[in-house]
Amino acid sequence: MLRYTVRRLIQLVVVVLVLSLLVFAWLRALPGGPASALLGDRGTEESRAALSAQLGLDQPIFIQYFKFLGRAITGNFGNSTGVQPGDPVVDIFLQRFPATLELSAFAIVLAVIAGIPLGYLAAKRRGGWFDNLSVGASLIGVAVPVFFLAFLLKYLLSTKFGILPSFGRQDGAIEATRVTGFFVLDGILTQEWDAAWDAFRHLVLPAIALATIPFAVIFRITRAAVLEVLNEDYVRTAESKGLLGSVIRRRHVLRNAMLPVVTTIGLQVGALLAGAVLTEKVFAFSGVGEALALGFERRDYPLLQMFIMVAAIVYVLVNLLVDLSYALIDPRIRAR
Amino acid sequence: MIGLTGVAALALSACAQSERGSDSGSGKVGGTLTFGAAGAPKLFDPFYAVDGETFRVARQMFDGLTTFKPGTAEPEGQLAEKWSSSSDGLTWTFNLRKGVKFHDGTEFNAAAVCANFDRWYNQKGAGQSDAVSQYYSDNFGAFAGQAKTSLYKSCAAKDANTAEVVLTSSTSKFPDILGLPAFSMQSPTALKQYDADNVVAEGDSFKFPAYATDHPTGTGPFKFSKYDKANNTVELVRNDDYWGEKTKLDKLVFRIIPDETARKQALQSGDIDGFDFPNAADWESLKKAGFNVQIRPAFNVLYLGIDQKNNPKLQDLKVRQALAYGINRDQLVKSQLPEGAKVASQFIPETVGGYAKDVTEYKYDADKAKALLAEAGASDLTLKFYWPSEVTRPYMPNPKDIFGAISADLQKIGVKFEVTTKPWNGGYLTDVDQHIPDLFLLGWTGDTGSADNWIGTFFGNPENRFNTASSPWGATLAADLKKADAEPDRDKRYKLYEDINKKIMGEYLPAIPISHSPPALVVKSNIKGIVPSPLTDERFATASIG
Amino acid sequence: MPTPTTKKERIDALAESTSDSGVSLAASAWKRLRRSPVFLVGLVIIVLFLVTAVIAPWIAPHDPAARDLIDQVVKARNEIPPAQPGYPLGGDQVGRDFLSRLLVGSQQTLLVGVFATLIGLVGGLILGTLSGALGGWVDSLVMRVVDVMLSIPQLLLAFGIGALFAKPNLFTVILAVSIVQIPVFARLLRGSMLAQRSSDHVLAATALGVKPGPIVFRHMLPNSLGPVIVQSTLVLATSIIDAAALSFLGLGNPDDTVPEWGQMLGNAQTVIDSHPALAFWPAGCIILIALGFTLVGESLRDALDPKNRR
Repeated sequence: MLRYTVRRLIQLVVVVLVLSLLVFAWLRALPGGPASALLGDRGTEESRAALSAQLGLDQPIFIQYFKFLGRAITGNFGNSTGVQPGDPVVDIFLQRFPATLELSAFAIVLAVIAGIPLGYLAAKRRGGWFDNLSVGASLIGVAVPVFFLAFLLKYLLSTKFGILPSFGRQDGAIEATRVTGFFVLDGILTQEWDAAWDAFRHLVLPAIALATIPFAVIFRITRAAVLEVLNEDYVRTAESKGLLGSVIRRRHVLRNAMLPVVTTIGLQVGALLAGAVLTEKVFAFSGVGEALALGFERRDYPLLQMFIMVAAIVYVLVNLLVDLSYALIDPRIRAR
Repeated sequence: MIGLTGVAALALSACAQSERGSDSGSGKVGGTLTFGAAGAPKLFDPFYAVDGETFRVARQMFDGLTTFKPGTAEPEGQLAEKWSSSSDGLTWTFNLRKGVKFHDGTEFNAAAVCANFDRWYNQKGAGQSDAVSQYYSDNFGAFAGQAKTSLYKSCAAKDANTAEVVLTSSTSKFPDILGLPAFSMQSPTALKQYDADNVVAEGDSFKFPAYATDHPTGTGPFKFSKYDKANNTVELVRNDDYWGEKTKLDKLVFRIIPDETARKQALQSGDIDGFDFPNAADWESLKKAGFNVQIRPAFNVLYLGIDQKNNPKLQDLKVRQALAYGINRDQLVKSQLPEGAKVASQFIPETVGGYAKDVTEYKYDADKAKALLAEAGASDLTLKFYWPSEVTRPYMPNPKDIFGAISADLQKIGVKFEVTTKPWNGGYLTDVDQHIPDLFLLGWTGDTGSADNWIGTFFGNPENRFNTASSPWGATLAADLKKADAEPDRDKRYKLYEDINKKIMGEYLPAIPISHSPPALVVKSNIKGIVPSPLTDERFATASIG
Repeated sequence: MPTPTTKKERIDALAESTSDSGVSLAASAWKRLRRSPVFLVGLVIIVLFLVTAVIAPWIAPHDPAARDLIDQVVKARNEIPPAQPGYPLGGDQVGRDFLSRLLVGSQQTLLVGVFATLIGLVGGLILGTLSGALGGWVDSLVMRVVDVMLSIPQLLLAFGIGALFAKPNLFTVILAVSIVQIPVFARLLRGSMLAQRSSDHVLAATALGVKPGPIVFRHMLPNSLGPVIVQSTLVLATSIIDAAALSFLGLGNPDDTVPEWGQMLGNAQTVIDSHPALAFWPAGCIILIALGFTLVGESLRDALDPKNRR
């Protein structure tokens, strides 16, 4: 078990190093780059060359890379050139991470409270109209581009009927005290109920848009897992013994079906990150995803470099945790 | 909660108003104006800024020696009540306003003026980089101790309220440039206290000192309050000790909303009171919805750049004229550009001194264009045409569609293209500067109303983007521009520029001016007192919420 | 076999469950598919789409690149040519016939889907075959690389790749959405081959002295077709949606002379409030075709899964 963990951790370090080298080398090979971004529209050929020399951008790539690594170890990943020009990208990440975490958590909660009961019901009534309908809906859910769904929600519920706010994390006019960076939590902690409520309202639409794909996946896994368990011998035995439906459900079906579902939820982190890029852009929700979307658009390379690497680390770590918990539960995996 | 503070502020400032009597105001006193910005300001020290978002915030907090008359590009006094220059245009005397204090209580006087000039001139290390102090390098040329000659020579305090600035040469852009936010007057005390000049190159970028990030100190009608990065807002508060008419607003909040659609919806849902650069396609619907779309006078130019370097055919005037005749600029302006846009007859708009009324015009005429191409033996012309992706500029709201229109027109006269698209900062500008394309789309937004800021920038050096050096007139044009700029007498100077413009359009045609396109800003109908400026130099101090 | 949850497990499960599909299985699968309404609906959508793509140039009433209605485009009043005789859906932002663009747009959309899938497939085929057929250190190496790629969120990786191209164009879009599919196919093929290595006919062939090459190409690969077909169908849908997402972020093909639905949708985002039709039409087309491929893919998966044969 320990060896397995250590091996996976070493693998993680290798992944990150290889990835950083690749991203770094590729970014440096592109025309324009940091000098262009810093000088803006009024840069000239000479001023760009002078600036490149000043910043050491004309040195061989591996020297630049080692310098970058040296700075990175001290927590300095460079400054943003396009999204929040001049700010250290680490600061930008730290400022924005709570927003994305808050949004993702809310989205996952939505996906879970909708996906699990529906999946269970669909499995119980396999082949019925409810099953067909919800499976159909989950398939359509996957086929709709996330950003289009976000637009649609915004257009209908905000622009057209004005039920919910269309953008941002909180109304600018609200005087809110910042404690943790999680706006809803902050409002609760400081007992500024209007701030908490407003932040919550801002979360609803982006969270729904973000939740569709995890919802579809959780729904289908739940359905499949419940079907699997329903066919297992012990459930059939229990049924034939004449146990009450609710007892079977509680004692056998749900408990056994939940294992894969719980792991699935953990694994939606990747889908959420990609989805957040699109959703946060549509709703101008100032989280990590919006910064990434803007970074792509404005070619903010220092920011992209760090954010992509952190995203990979987070994703790999979550994967690792899931695998580890799996290994704990299922001895067959440990043996591999 | 909001309502309460609003009422309290109203009551408080009502007293203030009665003291001042009923001056200009129809608008009520008090309240918070929230303005949607497209990007985060880079920092708050305008001397180190190159981006519009920083300047927009800086304009509200700082004053310059001069400023621009609201709604125009004409200089007028601000911290300098008046000024005069010697006949050779080298010595400038500024009579300063009395009783002005910086936000930190430091007195504004001639010594403070000279401290600012000396600060600019004596930048060290990273502070000299073009990426940091671009406006200074562009306008003054060099820093202390550099080989090149700086425009700035010295500054002396004749008495507490008279500052004398000496230049090394006469130039048309002085004193206009002193109205640029980059050359705002900043508190010498605060500059020193917060280590303002301590810019460091670090990795790929620059690190700015505490002054620039947290303690900007000027004399302006608003004071810096805070930059809440988590919620993307910059907050300024009223300067109650302002030397001029105090603003009616309690607070001015800039809310950063990078997405254009989101900005529009924020206005519609009432989250913000206004925003800059609404998409021209939305002007009509915004107006219909009762918003006040304020169109600025067009103070920019979009041109089709021609680089003569790689294709010798392009060194032939006839070919360049054929391209000019071949573009249906009237249709382009109507279908692609906003209300108030005009076809450009030359590289400067009408409001710039030196605009020539009778230049050679190139009315759309496909047959003439074809004939000219045939005459030049260039009927089978194939050109490398570059256009930028992922960018909008006031002069170029949608590069893709503008490119589409121009290329469709030119294909009709038989020109073939190798088309390349690159991201603006990801290769487009560098490729243009490295003379890779034959044709490219580019433009300019004027900083000041001096013609030198326009055509001087384009053609003042023969080694330019158009490579005019490869034509015999390239050097002549550069020399003529230099001569005109150095002419201290205004009328004579305008005449010189008019002649140059005529020659540019008639004999040289180094590029094809396409259009002047007005940007707009939009505010709620109850917001009064914002004067749209050609320089996007709007001062929110005059605004009120009605 | 527990219900698969991780991406890797899902791929492996697909590989195992549908690999040994001999002729009889294919026949029985087809028998079941014929009666599946889900499959039939998906098939109808795909056929309609393919037919449209093929005959689009002939049925499109106008040249999709010609600015026929440019005179009706007035930026200052946000006027876009409305529906009119000869132009049933009106024009787009630069006066091109919108119906023709939608029709012809199916071609490039299909191109994006098919090429993205093909590149993913061929890349995966090379890696997966090497790995599955040779085993040993080749297998370990390839699978480590594949695991590294799978360790980055797929769409995010596609965005990253898309942003790295200095000159974005149609091909870079295809590349961005296809590269992220290579590891999926690689793992799938390897899993499928591993499942077969110990199967009777491969063992028999080896015993008869057939060389490894022919075994792989004549015996193992054809039998891996099942999972590959299922996965390809699903990838066709994902790549079209992913390409649209790239366009939305400004990483798509900037040249819009030849129309493509994802790009049309991306371009319409600034006018979505005033002219929603410009966004809704291409979005509807994308959703429909993605749904078509998903329906067919899912029902194929069910049909080929031996578990469902009871």
